[in-house]
Amino acid sequence: MSSVAEPKAPATNRAGLTIKEYGGLKSTLCVGCGHDVITRQITQALYDMGVAPHRVAKFSGIGCSSKTTAYFADRGHGFNAVHGRMPAVATGAALANASLLNLGVSGDGDTASIGAGQFVHLLRRNVPMIYIVENNGVYGLTKGQFSATADVGSKLKTGVVNDLPAIDLCAMAIQLGCGYVARSFSGDMKQLLALIKGAIAHRGTSMLDVISPCVTFNNHEDSTKSYKWAKDHEIQIQEIGFVPYFDEITVDYDPGTTQDVLLHDGSHIRLRKLREDFDPTDKRKAFGLLQDAQEKGEFLTGLIYVEPTKKDFVSLLGMHETALATMPDEKLRPGAEALGKIMESLK
Amino acid sequence: MSTVLEEKAPAPQAGRPEVINDFSIHVATANGSGSQSSNNILMRSIFQMGIPVSGKNLFPSNIQGLPTWFTIRTSGEGFIARRRDVGVLICMNPETAQEDVRTVHPGAAVIYEESLKLDGTRGDVHFYPVPFSKLVLELVQDGKLRRLAVNMIYVGVAAWLLGIDMEEIHKAVIKQFRGKEKAVEINWAAIRGGYDWAAKNLTKADPFRLERMNATEGKIIIDGNAAAAIGAMMAGVSVVAWYPITPSSSLAESLIDYCRVHRIDPETGKPTFAIIQAEDELAAAGMVLGAGWAGARAMTTTSGPGISLMSEFTGLGYYAEVPAVIVDVQRVGPSTGLPTRTMQGDILSTYYLSHGDCRHVLLFPGSVTECYLLAQDAFDLAERLQTPVFLMTDLDLGMNNWMADPFTYPEKPLDRGKVIRTEEQLKEHIARFGEFGRYADVDGDGIPWRTLPGEIDHPVAAYFTRGSGHTERATYSERPDDYQRNMDRLALKFETARRYVPGPVVEGDGRAPVAVIAYGSSDFAVQEARHLLRRKGLPTDYLRLRALPFTPDVAGFVAAHDRVYVVDQNRDGQMFDLLRLEVGADAARLRSIRHYDGFPLDAETVIEGIEAGEKP
Repeated sequence: MSSVAEPKAPATNRAGLTIKEYGGLKSTLCVGCGHDVITRQITQALYDMGVAPHRVAKFSGIGCSSKTTAYFADRGHGFNAVHGRMPAVATGAALANASLLNLGVSGDGDTASIGAGQFVHLLRRNVPMIYIVENNGVYGLTKGQFSATADVGSKLKTGVVNDLPAIDLCAMAIQLGCGYVARSFSGDMKQLLALIKGAIAHRGTSMLDVISPCVTFNNHEDSTKSYKWAKDHEIQIQEIGFVPYFDEITVDYDPGTTQDVLLHDGSHIRLRKLREDFDPTDKRKAFGLLQDAQEKGEFLTGLIYVEPTKKDFVSLLGMHETALATMPDEKLRPGAEALGKIMESLK
Repeated sequence: MSTVLEEKAPAPQAGRPEVINDFSIHVATANGSGSQSSNNILMRSIFQMGIPVSGKNLFPSNIQGLPTWFTIRTSGEGFIARRRDVGVLICMNPETAQEDVRTVHPGAAVIYEESLKLDGTRGDVHFYPVPFSKLVLELVQDGKLRRLAVNMIYVGVAAWLLGIDMEEIHKAVIKQFRGKEKAVEINWAAIRGGYDWAAKNLTKADPFRLERMNATEGKIIIDGNAAAAIGAMMAGVSVVAWYPITPSSSLAESLIDYCRVHRIDPETGKPTFAIIQAEDELAAAGMVLGAGWAGARAMTTTSGPGISLMSEFTGLGYYAEVPAVIVDVQRVGPSTGLPTRTMQGDILSTYYLSHGDCRHVLLFPGSVTECYLLAQDAFDLAERLQTPVFLMTDLDLGMNNWMADPFTYPEKPLDRGKVIRTEEQLKEHIARFGEFGRYADVDGDGIPWRTLPGEIDHPVAAYFTRGSGHTERATYSERPDDYQRNMDRLALKFETARRYVPGPVVEGDGRAPVAVIAYGSSDFAVQEARHLLRRKGLPTDYLRLRALPFTPDVAGFVAAHDRVYVVDQNRDGQMFDLLRLEVGADAARLRSIRHYDGFPLDAETVIEGIEAGEKP
């Protein structure tokens, strides 16, 4: 008697979906690219959170990083904008339909140079979206020029040395009022996953500056954005745990060493402090931390600033609950009486 | 003092007829001196007397101090284009007074501040010196208000001189200062004072007079920007992103004002719109594309410099097939110089805006009524054709006041185009065509079907929006055959657009050897020019373009006439060039009339152009 083992049903999440249903196209990036690791964490986070994949709207600009939105959640619409202009497209889409989960992936060139203007105003408006910067300090697709996040003294393979100071995207984001600011490293998958889940739970712009080494153009020993340099120098400011809103809250943490932050959707982020005195809900301390790190040349990762109750752009505008994009035409066109009144006033 | 004047001013020529209801009034002031209210009152009171009228503000790029002119054109026959010759000049700006007087035609009436002593400068015009600065001290007690109220005195003087009904002026004052009793009182007193002073001290010597008629009853006065804003609101615009730029800002501002009243959902008290001031025009265009992609009716409003900045996004909108409405209130540009003057300057650059093989649908409203109507068409076309559509007005049409019949309520429902909204519709589509391909031409008109983000939970409902390279199923492709097939479909779609855009308006019996083609705000001057030419024995046929791409009847019109004069308000004859490309061998029939001094087109320019071409 022989028996054939039933194939084991693949695991599903709370939405009844397999992780495959959160997947996308096969990556065409270089083998070993940090961006692919980030793509996997995004996919995992969406799966773990049970997000309906067709409710994800994906945005990107131009560059290696911006290709990655095709590599996950292909049941959601995606919009590959022009270079540096993803924030505007995402803002327009968010105004048209505020009920979607907007997820943007950009790079350091797309964000800190050509897109700096739009990035600034996205943060200032606090548009509800996750904005992930896959930061490697170089332009990959155009074959290895410095970006504005390259550190002073960093050297290209060709020997060219960067003389200009790096733009600190996290400091910029905090200054502009962003309510969820984190720095991470594609080699630190556990931390990155928790931070992305936190971003999904947050309402408003969440900006994740993720160091993601370019294996082709910026992974050599004179680079401060190389995998080895980041691995050797990363200092976590906290150990980050994430408790989703649908899990029961446990209280087995020590309030003295652990900080609990309640996020918009009811999820909690649990931070076990590794730096005494640091509190990511304190803006001054967040600035101080970044300033210290810059002076000491430290590579700090973790949740740098969080303000979970800050009003996002859509709430500030007092927008209708029905998305403007799908509002019935009768609600969009005023009646004849309205036109009559206007005409009367012009006589 | 009036006796001195009478000695100097020429007596009306014996037997010279009065000029009734057909002349222009030119008010010269300094920018920011508060003359706008006075000019509106003057214009409105003439309008209320039943006389067709238009008002144009010829203003500098400045907040305060530089010279500005307001011209009011009255016309018993209903022609309201700019008139080159000035009938009545009101000189309130000492800086320009000498020059203003020098340029008026002989026989003009000149009202001026007495201390400027202009009466010696010419012997062939009628001077009316008025001691405005002395009068304002008597008439306005509050010293702070005198600078503004002095402008009301000239309203009173002009009312006396031209025979404007004071009762109509009083009504116009009440309308201008709606609900502000104190302001009504002060300004009315200044006007009354000016009138009484003139009646007592001046002697009428010029031929210009206004006489009540019945040609404006039931009409409205509105500027093109407000008209387009009402059109957009009635078209159901829901996301607007804009960046301030003259001469388009007032369109967005009017839209905000109207939507705040008429686009609040009565059930929830919440707005059914979002109007955002963007950080620049690049962002405005991006927001509009994002919103249009997500399914909203989205619009931005700008002028030439903004159009340049929107170039890359417009190209993406064309290739990725995203609906968007972009209003271009054209002006002279770029940078400093004449940004507050009118021009039809963006025809070629907008038609071909962006890189690659791009061309776009452009609509040309020829009146405030068409600003209202074509604004609505623009949204329907943008969604029907899934592409950016441009509403091309200009400063003259957009910012100046025009008379029109009240706008009528739209009869057609909104055309939301080819959108698959539900899972059932998607399944039907797949059953019928085998699959859903975002860029597949299943209907043979080049227009594909689209879905909206977040609406349908189905494995093939979503698609990825990219630029130039994609397959019919919206997957990434750099294959030559995929690219070329897509470009050919986009070309077919543009051919389809010719069937959907508003066709030209043709006038005349079709038998005149001479014809005129014009577009946009040129219509006012062309209508008047045709009227005057007919009187001179030269009848013309006329085709007014309302859209690009051209509809097939345009080439037929050219072929049917020996000589076709194309009127452009730009130096290079931009529409003339496009027509030459369009009509092939018939291009030899085309002549070009070009007006490009920054001022609105006038009938004389058109007449001179045609007469020069028709000389044997």
